[in-house]
Amino acid sequence: MSQNFAFLDEHSKKEIRRKTLKAIAIPGYQVPFASRELPIARGWGTGGLQLTLSLVGKEDTLKVIDQGSDESVNAVNIRNLVQNTTGVAETIHTDEATLIQSRHRIPEVPLKPFQILVLQVPQPEPLRAVEVSERKTKMLHGDKEYSGAFIKLFEQIMKFGHITDDADYPVMVNDRYVMAPSPIPRFDNPKMNYNEGLILLGAGREKKIHAVPPYTKVESLAFEDYPFEVEQFDDKVCRESGLSGVYMDELQDEKTGETYYVTNDTSYMLEKLNEEAVQHAGK
Amino acid sequence: MGYVAVKGGAHAINNSVILYKNRRLEEGTDIEVDKIKTNMRQLINQIMSEASFYDRNTAALAIKQAEGNMEEAVFLMRAHRSTLPRLYYSTVTDTREMFVERRVSASFKDIPGGQILGASPDFTHRLLDDALKELSDGPKETIKYKEVPFNYELDKLPKVIDYLEDEGLFKREEENNDEPDDITKRAIEYPSTRSQRLQALTRGQTGAVTSLGYAEIRGYGISAHPNIGECRVGQQPVYINPDDDYGEYFIGDFEVTEIDAFMPDLDEDDSDAGDKDLMIKIGYGLVFGQNETKAIAMSVLDYSLEHPVPGVATSDDEFVLYHIDSVESTGFISHLKLPHYVTFQSKLDRMRQSKGEQQ
Repeated sequence: MSQNFAFLDEHSKKEIRRKTLKAIAIPGYQVPFASRELPIARGWGTGGLQLTLSLVGKEDTLKVIDQGSDESVNAVNIRNLVQNTTGVAETIHTDEATLIQSRHRIPEVPLKPFQILVLQVPQPEPLRAVEVSERKTKMLHGDKEYSGAFIKLFEQIMKFGHITDDADYPVMVNDRYVMAPSPIPRFDNPKMNYNEGLILLGAGREKKIHAVPPYTKVESLAFEDYPFEVEQFDDKVCRESGLSGVYMDELQDEKTGETYYVTNDTSYMLEKLNEEAVQHAGK
Repeated sequence: MGYVAVKGGAHAINNSVILYKNRRLEEGTDIEVDKIKTNMRQLINQIMSEASFYDRNTAALAIKQAEGNMEEAVFLMRAHRSTLPRLYYSTVTDTREMFVERRVSASFKDIPGGQILGASPDFTHRLLDDALKELSDGPKETIKYKEVPFNYELDKLPKVIDYLEDEGLFKREEENNDEPDDITKRAIEYPSTRSQRLQALTRGQTGAVTSLGYAEIRGYGISAHPNIGECRVGQQPVYINPDDDYGEYFIGDFEVTEIDAFMPDLDEDDSDAGDKDLMIKIGYGLVFGQNETKAIAMSVLDYSLEHPVPGVATSDDEFVLYHIDSVESTGFISHLKLPHYVTFQSKLDRMRQSKGEQQ
């Protein structure tokens, strides 16, 4: 069967781009859009993929990652679909890409101006855990009524002595909208704050687009006496690269049963290893 | 020579796909799409309905490709649908013009125009038929038709509800012929409109619509059972009007199942101070193909959403409409098997923190 450039028909792409512009104009606000079905399953990144497909042009260089890896099965699958329908160049290097689609991570290399990071979003509504009804959460956002979001964190402190929200930790965008940053680890939340690239978030099944434009204030929700905390890897060193201060995967050595850690962002680790190798060869 | 990225993922995926595609042919012989089209008629009906895409050839192809997996076949159809421009809406379609092939009323023994059984599995005994193990050349039995006088035409049959309307037990709603709020072009924003609800229900997963409709009448909703005023299956002519000065164009007949479910309810317009009158209200179901169970369940849910009872899940448009779409529910449930290493690491970090504080 004949196929359109970037799969979707042009009417659909136009609609998605218009909604994206609205999302950029209102940072953190969830814009409803008529999400299309794609050849990738709903819940497997179709929101992010629709953003990518509506934005990708022939000159773009694409990077797709899942769980920090360009080679994760779902990343490979999504990259294949975009490439098969567009033929655009691909890269694993964050600073070479013009368009980066990611699930569950913001790369370790900071975004530059004119780079677009597309995040896949399973649940765009940060208030869903406190209010099940969509029409009510919409009103709460309209009124900037976020006591529920804070009470949820407060109750966690009362029960467990600290906040237990793990990934997808809610943020306040531009002092106006509480937003789900997608299930990135808390480690990545601060990367959103005043970052130089454009971050777009797409929820295909829930049919919402939201955005963090460049140079926008993004603050993780917290209390003065219970500040926001990221995952702790301070005392961990990457077994492969010797890196520290990055998000790590926890692994088990099958032979020794020992726990060890490896840098999660694999292309970043590769770049660092190669820099080191070059320096080493130079000496 | 530096370090290079491991390329295992792409290779493994490729082989997994080949393994999946080959299995069908390694275990048996191939089948023509045309044979699926004629032999898997009811499956095609369900798939066209859930995909909201009326095309028997494409549905048959989808079944072959999906190895008969309903959710996969619907998914294939929906994904293909996304690539097609949607140019027109039909003009207002009146089901009184349906060419009726089957029509039964559960509410009256005899109805003007008569009960027409048509083709139905309703009265077959569900005993496995060993004879089907062999291929047959054609039908074993034929029907001896004879002509009888019939005062009606099959595409102009009266509707059962007309009788109740004449008696004043049913009040016809004012027709709303506005263009529908197409949920495939504009996401539903709540509270939903009737046309959004009807579209979401008719696209709903057969099993999900049936189960929720069942819950509604078994005890979690109106807890009473509706009377099927009329169940129709037939060919519905559909027209478009592209505004090109040539008027309407006939684009084809669609097989549909239509349900008028009768629900006795209070007459809200009854202004008497005393007891309110009871009136017949209608729950409406209309689905592609012969899909009678789904159409009936749709009519139940249409009614429960139109006449919500507080606290009842099947009266809550968000609860029903968010959860009955096959592509959405199967997609999200199945995504749980995707890697979640990063988020789980984040969760472990929190759990270890809790444990550390307790010690």
